Amino acid sequence: MSKYTIAGESGEWELVVGLEVHCELLTKTKLFCGCPNVFGDEPNTNVCPVCLGLPGSLPVLNRRAVEMAMAIGTALGCEIRPSSFHRKNYFYPDMPKDYQVTQYDEPLNVGGALVLGDGTPIGIVRAHMEEDTGKTTHMGGDGRIHGADYSLVDYNRSGVPLVEIVSAPDLRSPEEARSYVSELRAILVATGASDGRMEEGSLRVDANVSVRRVTSHEFGTRCEIKNLNSLRSLVRAIDYEARRQVELLEEGGSVDQETRHWNELEGRTSSMRSKEEAYDYRYFPEPDLVPLAPPAEWLAEVVAGLGLMPADRRERLALALGESSEAIEEQIATVIDLGLDDLVVTTIATGADSRLVMARAANEAAQHPDAARQLDPERFGELIGLEASGTLSATQAKAVLAELLTSGGHPVDIADQLGFKALASDELGAVIDAVITANPGEWERYVGGDDKVAQFLLGKVMRETKGRANGKLVAEALASRRG
Amino acid sequence: MSETEAFAGGALQIAARVRSGELSARAVTEAALEEIAASEPLLHCFNTITAELALAGADAVDAKVLAGEDPGPLAGVPIALKDNLCTKGVPTTCSSRILQGWRPPYDATVVARLSAAGAVSVGKTNLDEFAMGSSTETSATGPTRNPWDPSRVPGGSSGGSAAAVAAGLVPLALGSDTGGSIRQPAALCGVVGLKPTYGLVSRYGLVAFASSLDQIGPFALTLADAAMTLQVIAGHDERDSTSLTHPVADFATELKRGVEGLRVGVVADFLSEASGSCAAAVRQAADALADAGALVREVAIPELLHGLSAYYLIAPAEASSNLARYDGVRYGLRVDGDDVQAMNARTRSAGFGDEVKRRIMLGTYVLSAGYYDAYYAQAQRVRTVILQSFARAYEDCDVLLAPTTPSVAFPIGAKTADPLEMYLSDLFTIPTNLAGHPALSVPFALGEDGLPVGVQVLAPALGEGQMLRAGAALEAVAAPGARGPVRPQLGGPMAGVAK
Repeated sequence: MSKYTIAGESGEWELVVGLEVHCELLTKTKLFCGCPNVFGDEPNTNVCPVCLGLPGSLPVLNRRAVEMAMAIGTALGCEIRPSSFHRKNYFYPDMPKDYQVTQYDEPLNVGGALVLGDGTPIGIVRAHMEEDTGKTTHMGGDGRIHGADYSLVDYNRSGVPLVEIVSAPDLRSPEEARSYVSELRAILVATGASDGRMEEGSLRVDANVSVRRVTSHEFGTRCEIKNLNSLRSLVRAIDYEARRQVELLEEGGSVDQETRHWNELEGRTSSMRSKEEAYDYRYFPEPDLVPLAPPAEWLAEVVAGLGLMPADRRERLALALGESSEAIEEQIATVIDLGLDDLVVTTIATGADSRLVMARAANEAAQHPDAARQLDPERFGELIGLEASGTLSATQAKAVLAELLTSGGHPVDIADQLGFKALASDELGAVIDAVITANPGEWERYVGGDDKVAQFLLGKVMRETKGRANGKLVAEALASRRG
Repeated sequence: MSETEAFAGGALQIAARVRSGELSARAVTEAALEEIAASEPLLHCFNTITAELALAGADAVDAKVLAGEDPGPLAGVPIALKDNLCTKGVPTTCSSRILQGWRPPYDATVVARLSAAGAVSVGKTNLDEFAMGSSTETSATGPTRNPWDPSRVPGGSSGGSAAAVAAGLVPLALGSDTGGSIRQPAALCGVVGLKPTYGLVSRYGLVAFASSLDQIGPFALTLADAAMTLQVIAGHDERDSTSLTHPVADFATELKRGVEGLRVGVVADFLSEASGSCAAAVRQAADALADAGALVREVAIPELLHGLSAYYLIAPAEASSNLARYDGVRYGLRVDGDDVQAMNARTRSAGFGDEVKRRIMLGTYVLSAGYYDAYYAQAQRVRTVILQSFARAYEDCDVLLAPTTPSVAFPIGAKTADPLEMYLSDLFTIPTNLAGHPALSVPFALGEDGLPVGVQVLAPALGEGQMLRAGAALEAVAAPGARGPVRPQLGGPMAGVAK
């Protein structure tokens, strides 16, 4: 990545960013009770005395959540250590106990690193467990608490397990921050701990932003930016905030350490809480939970159950594809995200055309990811073979694949049932000849070397055959007739 | 049937007679409800009396007996529950205005276990607000009076439960003990009070005061009744992470084992801090145990006297966090304000009494940035020192003997103006909670003004067996008339000041 600096009147400024990413774990139940952990249900239906913080209720730690947290720690190269829970005390209506149970000075995962696509390592300080809060909706006004008529609280999210991943202040540009979050997201999805859905809030990012002169090694005063709900917000907010701070400093002012809110519509950050207004969280050890010290055997089980991480999977895919994969970066990201890379690699190993396998996996199979992960590579290979050989057109192959994923069966049978009998070559020849005869002018120009007219002739053939012809074969036939 | 007739022999006798069909649970329950109603204007032991539920519960027990099913070891025994134990559909107030109108949607584990054992809950007893106090005077519903002398406090915080058992309204009650809240009122009311090892009894459904110290335990007139109640409520509960998984001893067997060879240490450091009758009772108790074959010696554990200071940092710290949830948002009292912060503040200002506010402020302060190490962390170090000094003492002793309280029951109002004076009431009981150990107060003697004096038996973690052995030996030689039931003078000089 090219160096990101901000030019000020007095010189160049460098950006320093550290990110805190909150990841909701994909457990079936909540962190401290048996309530379902489901997004989007009717408000306040997945609640019980524990996650409502009713008097007398007590937390019991979810074993699966610990396993997922250890998986995340392992994937990020962290040391997994004996840990404990603390209470973080502050009043907020969507936090039913008015304290949050979190890990403080003894987090489960410590240290580690995440390597960006360009090889830059970003330090991971810690990845600790905590519970999520409920969700407040402010009614009336502009949706923020000020000016609202009243507020509604949904406690379905209260007690949902979170892992907070804290990076070192190693990021130096908004693009690096984006790259970090998307790689982290891919890793979290690959561990099975997260669905990675930023838009549903299952991945939430806060950014600590400061600036310093490019010549300086000291950190500047930082601001924490909240409400970054998409990668686009993240990039824009960091860029805005960096420029705001540089402007302040260039004017001889100073940056106040504070929490700032990103307004996506206005494209700016604004002060939420100054350092003086910051909460004193009065952390102390949570007396209702016992220390968490996962035995080595348990950790070993979790490590053994962990599949390949995105970087390794990309490498494996690149090997299978056998050539530069830069052009299909997006397809690669999609199949890894959906866990379809196993299918792609095994299907290619059956001898199927690699580019076609990637395309069908990333575009069509991706529409039915659950079924696609179960798809037999042999049959997927057969289908790719039918398309590659021209027996099926691209449109037909996509239809057969959709059927294969939704109802199962064999590609050849499905093609038969759908009436996708490839044209016999003599039948196709006759149609092509007829088209040439009917369009002598165009044919003359084509023979004369005007390749643009080939599309016109091909379209005529496709229309005559009602789409049953394979475009690639028609193009070849036209070319061979031109001589 | 008169109550005296129905209650003869205590809880175990009631259960035996109900199980045999000789006595109906309904008759016992009706007798208890009648007594409770009659005593309430003078003593005010109860915040809520659940007559209908109690009778329905009693009928269910009787039906089981009729059907030949096992109605449980506490079949038909009326029991009173401290009003900080959650009871499904029944108001649970903690004697605080802030929980006004709240009915828990669930039963505490102990409540469910008692019910499964056939016990019949008759109501919720008064306590110091959120169990913060030593006299039941901080209750928002007014003080409970001591049945031995209604001008005096019953102790606290479980004053309602202790007084109800002492007055013979119920043979059994549950309390909670954070710094002495079972043992101190038991001593002042002349009944048995037992605080189990931390984690032996599930805290699920006990409204938290100080989570690392709170433990539920029984009040009874006899040790055997208390032991049976503990047997029913003890044991692992998967809903409490601090609940122990150890197998539970058979307490009835332990009670009969005698004290031959039992090594007893008398905590010398406490004797000089206790009043004449309270210290004398411990010396008599020591002699009695020695006579019964125990090996008695004096031990010096001066560190225990630092427990009080540590306790008044740790308990308020935890309380400040535990009581944060009473914010007017979801349940209980709400006093409206212009915004949510104002609503929180006004609700809490109106809902909590002075003692609760004092402890919330204290706890908030000691956890604050810059003060944590000097106060909370330091108190935890003292806690460790206390654990270590107990451990040293238990190298040579099986149990320790100490006064339960520094004095007999004091007059209502005597200590309300001076919180520190009130806090000293728990000087001898607090170290046990800091250590997570079990302890027992046995009614043993009559002291100043003919009021009861308790002797405390302390034991190491899960030492309930040896603690009960020593307790049984003391019970056998206790002064006649040192324990309830006592009949408060309904028409006496106190009638005019009764609530």
